[in-house]
Amino acid sequence: MSVRFSTGSRLMLLAAGSLALAACASKAPKELPPEPGVATTTDTAQGTLGPAPGSQADFQAFTQGGDTIYFDTDMYNIDSVDAAALQKQAQWLLKYPARRATVEGHCDERGTRDYNLALGERRANAAKNYLAGLGVDAARLTTVSYGKERPVALGSNEEAWAQNRRAVTITID
Amino acid sequence: MKKLIALCSLVLAAPLMAQDNPAIPSEGSASSAIQGDVEPGGLQVTVTDENEWQDLGIAITAFATDRDVPTQANAGSTAALGRSLAQVVSDDLRNNGLFKPSGPLGLPQPSFAQVQAPEYPVWSLRSAEMLVQGYVRANPDGNLTVGCYLYDVALKQQLEKAGWVVSPADWRRAAHKCSDMVYSRLSGESPFFDSKIAYIAETGPKNRRVKRLAIMDSDGANHRYLTSGQATALTPRYSPDYKSILYLSYLNGNPRIYVYDLAGNSQRLITQSSNPTFAPRWSPDGKWILYSMAIAGNTDIYRVSAKGGPSQRLTNSPGIDVGGSFSPDGSQIVFESDRSGSQQVYLMNADGTNQRRISFFGGRAATPEWSPRGDQIAFTHITGNFRIAVMNPSGGGLRHLTDSWQDEAPTWAPNGRIIQFFRTERNSGKATIWQVDLAGRNERRLPTPVDASDPAWGPIQP
Repeated sequence: MSVRFSTGSRLMLLAAGSLALAACASKAPKELPPEPGVATTTDTAQGTLGPAPGSQADFQAFTQGGDTIYFDTDMYNIDSVDAAALQKQAQWLLKYPARRATVEGHCDERGTRDYNLALGERRANAAKNYLAGLGVDAARLTTVSYGKERPVALGSNEEAWAQNRRAVTITID
Repeated sequence: MKKLIALCSLVLAAPLMAQDNPAIPSEGSASSAIQGDVEPGGLQVTVTDENEWQDLGIAITAFATDRDVPTQANAGSTAALGRSLAQVVSDDLRNNGLFKPSGPLGLPQPSFAQVQAPEYPVWSLRSAEMLVQGYVRANPDGNLTVGCYLYDVALKQQLEKAGWVVSPADWRRAAHKCSDMVYSRLSGESPFFDSKIAYIAETGPKNRRVKRLAIMDSDGANHRYLTSGQATALTPRYSPDYKSILYLSYLNGNPRIYVYDLAGNSQRLITQSSNPTFAPRWSPDGKWILYSMAIAGNTDIYRVSAKGGPSQRLTNSPGIDVGGSFSPDGSQIVFESDRSGSQQVYLMNADGTNQRRISFFGGRAATPEWSPRGDQIAFTHITGNFRIAVMNPSGGGLRHLTDSWQDEAPTWAPNGRIIQFFRTERNSGKATIWQVDLAGRNERRLPTPVDASDPAWGPIQP
């Protein structure tokens, strides 16, 4: 893939370069940087460059989809699949005790608006309570309900609705 | 809200057709425990499909003027205003399936002198049974005087007349007042045209809808956006005095209820609690606000003075108790609860006592709204599809008014005879506002600039 610079960014690079030169003009560095030579590959022995530890990206990578749990119609109970996902969430949260998180509660479109706001609250709190039961300090967790306002699946069918009946845990960077 | 100055309003005779309508028989599930249309207090529902006044041919002529002068109204000079006024009246009646209106286009335009002395033979020949004429005058101070006259062509008699002084910006209100006068006089019903609607304007993809608070006149004119859409706005309600709007906003990331002051263009929270609050409602006298609040995942209904202060908790069940609508006399509240295992409709006194279920007809029942007339409760009946339905306040007399995939959240026109709701289209999730009358007739879409939901009808403006 070729990288094309627009005129604007070319000007920016020039400007940035001249600024850098201006900053360094006064004295030479104590140690010279290594000669540019043959490009060397990154040392992969430690693993590929991944998300920063303790970040939301790291949380998502660690839970591998387990940041979201799902519910049956009108239900807000934690089933065994949900429990397993919440276990993983708790593991991570306990590893990074300074991190806070928000649990979002969502519903499918097959409900009235106000009731769905309330049901989303139930779902978010069910997840939060379960995490607290696993030792995560509840003070670190907030909840918010989006009712049926933020679907992820856009169809009007059982598959889409099942994907939308969810609670999502999002860590706050 | 500016008061229209009524010059005179004369009722010359009893309503044209006295209505003795048979009560609608109950439909719905077989439960015979709750039945009957006569309330303990003697309230009787009288709605019928057979209204003789519906077939009245009404000719509406362009309003005349004594002098054609420019005005500050967006409709132009007084002569142009006269045509526009008549058009608004004609559209009001036609769009709501009321009578058989004709004109002003295609009809002879009366002179200023003829407005109060119509040429009846002309109208008899045209088979118009009723005739509406009017005038508009520009006052020295810039305001407009509008007169509206209703004539019975066969009897050669003036049935009703009224007049109003309005600012040029409010010229449409004079037309709506005229429509209300004609409608009330001929049907015996209460007026509803001179009112406004608050709703949520929707744009964007289904998973990232932009939702803005918006207002418009009852016919869709004078549309205005009140929020930018940066924060999702939901479920607005006009205050009874039209000075403010209650609504839900995700302004700070969490759902909170605000009172939006229309004159000051400012808003305040109704409660300082950091718990999520939603489903705001006014009491009919504008003194109380009902709202639902979730604490630790459980939602209950609360009441707070419209002036602010401490809230009073009204429900305390482990179920979801949400919504709520006052009876017109403010003594009772109908609300929604799933404490029995599914969404159903409950009644309670305004102080929270005597909570009892009234919906026993299968399926789920949600979003109950008490009619301004007190005789019916509209709600969303969920049995597979979401249908707009009504029942009497004891839970009997169930009637369905619509039958689409998802119609929900009915609210009432000020006269308790028309219901407004929003319809969601399957798959696309497109929402539009619709109206239907209490007999299930004249289901029509209310035109809005973009998609729309959560419509709430304010009362008649004074």
